[in-house]
Amino acid sequence: MKKWECVVCGFIYDEAEGWPEDGIPAGTAWADVPDDWVCPDCGVTKDDFEMVEI
Amino acid sequence: MAAPIIIIGSGLAGFNTIKEFRRHDTTTPVVMLTADDGQNYSKPMLSTGFTRNKAADELVMATVDKLKEQFDVDLRTHTVVTGIDVDAKQVSLDNGDTLAYSKLVLANGAKVFEPPLKGSGLDAVYTVNNLMDYRRFREALEGKKRVVIVGSGLIGTEFSNDLTNGDFQVHVVEPAGRCLPTFLPEEASLAVSGALSELGVTFHFGPFAQEVEKLDHGVRVHLSDGATIDADVVLSAVGLQPNIDLAKAAGLEVNRGVKVDKFLRASHPDVFALGDCAEVEGHVLLYVLPLMAAARALASTLAGTETAVKYPAMPITIKVPACAVACAPPPLGLEGRWEVEQDGHHVKALYYDTQDQLRGFALTGDAVKERMALGKQLPDLF
Repeated sequence: MKKWECVVCGFIYDEAEGWPEDGIPAGTAWADVPDDWVCPDCGVTKDDFEMVEI
Repeated sequence: MAAPIIIIGSGLAGFNTIKEFRRHDTTTPVVMLTADDGQNYSKPMLSTGFTRNKAADELVMATVDKLKEQFDVDLRTHTVVTGIDVDAKQVSLDNGDTLAYSKLVLANGAKVFEPPLKGSGLDAVYTVNNLMDYRRFREALEGKKRVVIVGSGLIGTEFSNDLTNGDFQVHVVEPAGRCLPTFLPEEASLAVSGALSELGVTFHFGPFAQEVEKLDHGVRVHLSDGATIDADVVLSAVGLQPNIDLAKAAGLEVNRGVKVDKFLRASHPDVFALGDCAEVEGHVLLYVLPLMAAARALASTLAGTETAVKYPAMPITIKVPACAVACAPPPLGLEGRWEVEQDGHHVKALYYDTQDQLRGFALTGDAVKERMALGKQLPDLF
């Protein structure tokens, strides 16, 4: 399980936790997050996230 | 050849507009004019730079050359727009040139309020509102330890946490009597300042910072209650105001920001505005989420498909790792009441109007996990 960080606002997507509020279950790999999902804090798309070391 | 689209400003609003526009249209020429150095960075990351120990150059996401190529944009740096002629559809520049446009986008952001300080030590007072400011501020802190922050709004509070994480000794002066006064009810403010105090931040709630006196080493900040704080550097964070002067001088309608409708269109049909300089259907929101929504809608409109932006309620995350904060302040002046649940630094405060509708909230600590669910219960702004 990895964590991904939004380079615009610093929001962290944690694969272990998913993002159930948008229907993304815990344990969802970043690759399986839908392409139209946007950062909950700032609204940027998946393209603007990058992987953070865990 | 047809005149280009001109975008004034190279912040998140300007760059996201060109980025989204190029998804629709790869041929129309676009000129971007910026008073800054034009490097692409994300402003929210300026207030986490000491925690991450990032030099200014490390916050650059793309250089000017790369941006020109990536977005096929004629990006002109260190270029100040001195006037707009909305009838002739041209802008004038500080080098004396004029430049015609087909459509004009104002994305020139907000400026910081001038620090209300006097004294012999004003050279040690900094503001951080862009990457060039950040670079100067970091250089000023090189080898130094003591920082006084004037103001405990969003930026002042984020920096108090960030600078403390960066091993600085931080004092915060806030006349309002508590931190984040325009964002949070008192219980939540106290949770945040309590957590920051435990981290090592010293708060001075109540007095104004009045004078900065130059000493042989550093400066002495004089407060209105007679107290003094010795420091190396002062960071002024007393708020932002939309840049409206250019639009106002051009005869465009302005209020707090440049007035635009839900199509981001100003009072002249070929002029648009978004981001921190814009007042969209009466709302001035200096945050990234509304800016992104506006950039997408505007890009589509510029490409020929009139598209209105929608503003749902957009909770604000304030980056205070010592005590996470998410909030959606209730509309100003709305009659209602706060209902507060608290467990240590974890505060859940909900604002209900007289019809018992949820109209705002403030969450700290673990309670921030509920921000999405609560945000969906709030009515749309428009």
